[in-house]
Amino acid sequence: MSETSPAVNGTESLMPSASERARLRNVRRLKDSISKWGITTAGLAVVGALGLIFFYLFSEVFPLMKDADVNVIESYPVSQVSSADNRHMVLERYEQIGASLTSAGSVEFFAADQGKTMSRTQLPLPAGAKVTSVGTSTPNERLAAYGLSSGEMLVTRIDYSLSYPNDQRKITPEVVFPLGEAPIALDPQGQSLRAVAVQATGRGHVLAGITADNRIQLGVYTSRTNMITGKVSTSGKVYTLPRLPDGAQAQIIQVDKTARHLLVADDSAQVHLFSVEKPAVATLTGSVATERGQITAMEFLVGTGSVVIGTEEGSVSQWLLVRNPNNIYHLLPTRDFDSLPGAITTIAPEYTRRGFLVGDSEGYLGIYHGTAARTLLVEQVADAPIEQLAISPINGKMLILDQAGLVQVTELWNEHPEISFSSLWQKVWYEGRSEPEYVWQASSGGDEFEPKMSLVPLSIGTLKAALFAMLFAIPLGIMGALYTAYFMTPKMRGLVKPTIEIMEALPTVILGFLAGLWLAPFLENHLPAVFSVLILMPLMMVMVGYGWSHLPQSIRHRVSDGWEAAILIVPILLTGWFCVAISPHIEVWFFDGSMRQWFTNNGINYDQRNALVVGIAMGFAVIPTIFSIAEDAVFNVPRHLTQGSLALGATRWQTVIGVVLPTASPGIFSAVMMGFGRAVGETMIVLMATGNSPVVNFNIFEGMRTLSANVAVELPETAVDSTHFRVLFLASLVLLALTFVVNTCAEIIRQRLRKRYSNL
Amino acid sequence: MKNWMKSGAPWIWLNGGAVALCIVMVVGLLGLIAIRGFGHFWPADIVQTTIINKAGQEKAILGERVRSEVIPAAVARDGGYEVASDVELITRFLIKEGNRDVSPRDFNWYLETGMGELNYPENAVSIERREWGNFYGFPQALTENGKVIATIDDENFWQELSQRVERSVDLHSDINHIEKVDIGRINHKLERMRLDKRRLELQNADSATMAEAEAEFSAQRAELDAQYLEVKAERDALYKLLERDSLLATIASGKETSIALQNIVRVTRPNAMGVFGKMGQYVERFWEFLTDEPREANTEGGIFPAIFGTVTMVMVMSIIVTPFGVLAAIYLREYAKQGPILRLIRISVYNLAGVPSIVYGVFGLGFFVYFLGGSLDELFYPESLPAPTFGTPGLFWASLTLALLTLPVVIVSTEEGLSRIPTTIRQGSLALGATKAETLWKVVVPLATPAMMTGLILAIARAAGEVAPLMLVGVVKLAPSLPIDGNYPYLHLDQKIMHLGFHIYDVGFQSPNVEAARPLVYATALTLVLLIIVLNLTAIRIRNSLREKYRSASD
Repeated sequence: MSETSPAVNGTESLMPSASERARLRNVRRLKDSISKWGITTAGLAVVGALGLIFFYLFSEVFPLMKDADVNVIESYPVSQVSSADNRHMVLERYEQIGASLTSAGSVEFFAADQGKTMSRTQLPLPAGAKVTSVGTSTPNERLAAYGLSSGEMLVTRIDYSLSYPNDQRKITPEVVFPLGEAPIALDPQGQSLRAVAVQATGRGHVLAGITADNRIQLGVYTSRTNMITGKVSTSGKVYTLPRLPDGAQAQIIQVDKTARHLLVADDSAQVHLFSVEKPAVATLTGSVATERGQITAMEFLVGTGSVVIGTEEGSVSQWLLVRNPNNIYHLLPTRDFDSLPGAITTIAPEYTRRGFLVGDSEGYLGIYHGTAARTLLVEQVADAPIEQLAISPINGKMLILDQAGLVQVTELWNEHPEISFSSLWQKVWYEGRSEPEYVWQASSGGDEFEPKMSLVPLSIGTLKAALFAMLFAIPLGIMGALYTAYFMTPKMRGLVKPTIEIMEALPTVILGFLAGLWLAPFLENHLPAVFSVLILMPLMMVMVGYGWSHLPQSIRHRVSDGWEAAILIVPILLTGWFCVAISPHIEVWFFDGSMRQWFTNNGINYDQRNALVVGIAMGFAVIPTIFSIAEDAVFNVPRHLTQGSLALGATRWQTVIGVVLPTASPGIFSAVMMGFGRAVGETMIVLMATGNSPVVNFNIFEGMRTLSANVAVELPETAVDSTHFRVLFLASLVLLALTFVVNTCAEIIRQRLRKRYSNL
Repeated sequence: MKNWMKSGAPWIWLNGGAVALCIVMVVGLLGLIAIRGFGHFWPADIVQTTIINKAGQEKAILGERVRSEVIPAAVARDGGYEVASDVELITRFLIKEGNRDVSPRDFNWYLETGMGELNYPENAVSIERREWGNFYGFPQALTENGKVIATIDDENFWQELSQRVERSVDLHSDINHIEKVDIGRINHKLERMRLDKRRLELQNADSATMAEAEAEFSAQRAELDAQYLEVKAERDALYKLLERDSLLATIASGKETSIALQNIVRVTRPNAMGVFGKMGQYVERFWEFLTDEPREANTEGGIFPAIFGTVTMVMVMSIIVTPFGVLAAIYLREYAKQGPILRLIRISVYNLAGVPSIVYGVFGLGFFVYFLGGSLDELFYPESLPAPTFGTPGLFWASLTLALLTLPVVIVSTEEGLSRIPTTIRQGSLALGATKAETLWKVVVPLATPAMMTGLILAIARAAGEVAPLMLVGVVKLAPSLPIDGNYPYLHLDQKIMHLGFHIYDVGFQSPNVEAARPLVYATALTLVLLIIVLNLTAIRIRNSLREKYRSASD
């Protein structure tokens, strides 16, 4: 190939050579495809990132719906870790050390994973006495009571101390005697104790036992440790409770943490509730039949507000201690869970949640949660009847002991049992309440707090806020849009539209701050003005219009049609001023000086930051959304339609009603939906203009707590990946889905409308 | 009348009224913010009067009149005041009495009845202090190290006072500079050294390198410690100088108090000032508001860190959102295969603009902060764990979240701009032999730049006003330092920032003394509103001129 192109007319051509041209073509092609692929990648990445929001939120919420999962990692014979018959088993919070409480009166600690005995503590049993029963407190107190054949009782607690030699965590378990090493004579007659219970209460340790001859004994003991000698001195008293009616044999006994209630299950499928607030005059307040067969296991859940009862038929039910209006407690069957096939043998409540594990005589394991009324797992884990279940305080591991003497160490996944459809969306009967309720109270100081995570109050609050905002915004937005698009002169329209656009751009934090700090006190002091404005403002507009039509033509013709809005501005200001100025007088004349006080006296709650304030402030934020979309729809109604109507003799308003509105109605509807979507998700205004209390009503003078404000308030303070955290994600997902659906519908309607206009 | 009703005219008037009402509300709201916000800086006169308190005793009061309102007499009677029974309505005044160190409440309502004559004494001063809020009273004497050097009767008292106040303010700013900049730099270096060492440990460096590094570190540390001592000595000397002067003054009740001059920011005598003097004050205060740091739990002083934080965050956001938004729009308009799926995607993207902002905040916290940030920390900043670097809310995550939030705005606006470009222009370019990429980058995109600008400005306006998501992903009420400073790496993306919108929420709703904070909140709100209105008007103007341009181009 030649180096240069042939010279033409003596001048050199600027055209590159063929090879150069080929190279350039390649470069250009390369650039073209780079551009194509680059843009496509970036575009898809952006679309993907936006889609990721959905997937991520869903992935955070998904574990809430997952049931529990149990996985056996190790098993060994119980004889390896327990030298005598095991009566009770526990697992500590680091899930390393198990403890076996034996019938020989010893506590044996073992490495849970390997099944190797680590240490053994023999309890100081009196000579000749044998352990006849073992009872425990709620697990977080770590108390165990040994009933002895001598009618005495020994109370122990297992303490774990942590140390870090060589930067390694070392757990040292220790058996302590909170009531001293000497047994307490629960039965002065010295009969052996068939069943015992213990609980640490505000009044000291409460001990209870059933003697061999079916008497029910109750002891209330306090102990004091001498600071110098370290000696424990114990004082207390023993009471004998009334016998069970009809000669029923008591089988299982439990005491609650308030030291007020004592429960006894008998051999005739009945539960008896004793009031032991004053132990000397303890009375039987009620007996209920389970109607589910003979009771074989009964345990309090943490907090002791409710008890779980298992029967020989395999039914599992939760009973609440409910107070009636006369202040008398009774047991109420609140929830039934999925039954197990065999008779219930053991119930193990969790340490901090209202969850519990149940084993049956067929080797089935059930995992349940009380508040959520949820059955998380029913699975056969053993071939022999299950004897003991020991769950760790952090619910990550569990020991299963069956009658064949096999200990199974299992891993447990049960992170979010508190959430079910019913706990989120239905009325739930919480402990300590007198009826089922919708409550949102997700966290509190105490360990034994029952989280109340009903989304209903928040959803109602959201709808309430949106509703009042729409009540304010729809009339103003749509009427304003109609007027602007159809009646207003173009000149004024050029001023009005940017003003409304500015209104849309106002940060909601400013609206919220004005609503909370200026509007709320203002409305509180000028309540009558709200009502007088509602009545007087429209009246004044019509009257001004009527007056205008009767003005002499010379004046009227100076201002052309389409300037009505401008004419009205001064009367509006005057009316507003008048209503505010007369408001204190109205209060004096009709409401004894204060309308707010008058409301309170008439049984209407009045919060300073209420739905009315939110309605106005959020309405203000929503008006521009509704206005601009509706205005667009009305303005784009084809002219020939309206002109035809006018030509046929209809008045301007008749044209609006007969032609414009029907044609533009889908657009107006989509405007309202868009506005609703905005109102539902608005956060700052609600956060600042209400008291954020989750009430379930539609009272305009009370506040609310919305989904979005709730997320903003609580999310920064929750533990990552906790149930509460995920429920807040669920709330966000609900918001996202709701607004997305509403907006999509609105958008589709608008597109349809646009197509229709182009066909007209 | 009947005919008039029948014609539908009342409805037209009602509709017109709705528009008028909206306009009145917008203008009224902006006016309210403007008046309250601008009014904050005007030096108010100090009023002196007497009132009869609930116990029936006369009490002298001195302070600024904040506002007044008319209330039914019944309310006052409920409040424990004696009001004559024939009175229906009474006026009451809110007086800012200041002096929080003397009396617990600095804002008090007083009824008009029983109020004595209103005086405006010339010598009354309002003193802005670094703590305890404003002081209102009458200065009596200036002391230096306990010795009186000038009294109110002296000719040069005011001059002397203002000179000495100026001196202490200067000293104060010197100390501030030392503490913020010099000591801050030393601390920063020490912290980096600690992290370097920890990194070496984590990398399991052999003992020789460790020893070498150790030696270097201890040399550096010794040097820094020496520097620190030097700086500290300098600062302590300044503190000594500061303690020299104080001012003796009496308050309304006649009680004498002493105010250390180091506590004083500004002394003004509004009653003795002319209009021009007040205007000077006004400008000075306004400037201070924009450039100073907040004091007294954000209720006094300036909002500079909030402005700076907002601007930095918005700038980082713009850098992220512009390329992605524009590229996505170009993809959707120019490259993607048009069809039902694309329509669905487009509607979805548009609708994301309507998704509540708090949802973005939740996503940002969960995905960006905890997931991405946590992973980044493990990969790149293991030395500072368990203290998180990026695994905690901060500037970068705030910007990224807002970028995601404003992405639809930029996409929508850019797409609109692209669709407005007449096909003739495109075809002309293609007919001349340009490739698609060349047409795009050299013809279409330059023409659509104004649309992109509009989108970006709207995005900035939206981002500047958004608060809810920021509460979750990186905005705090009081950030210890600015996100940009003289220490490496200069722009601290991991730092928490202050923000104008959040400042409004925090000061207005979380501060213990709402009444004292109120004027400042209005002023902050005004700043934010002005910023956003200016941005929006710019966007609207660009858009309008753009429309004009293409109308002529397509003709």
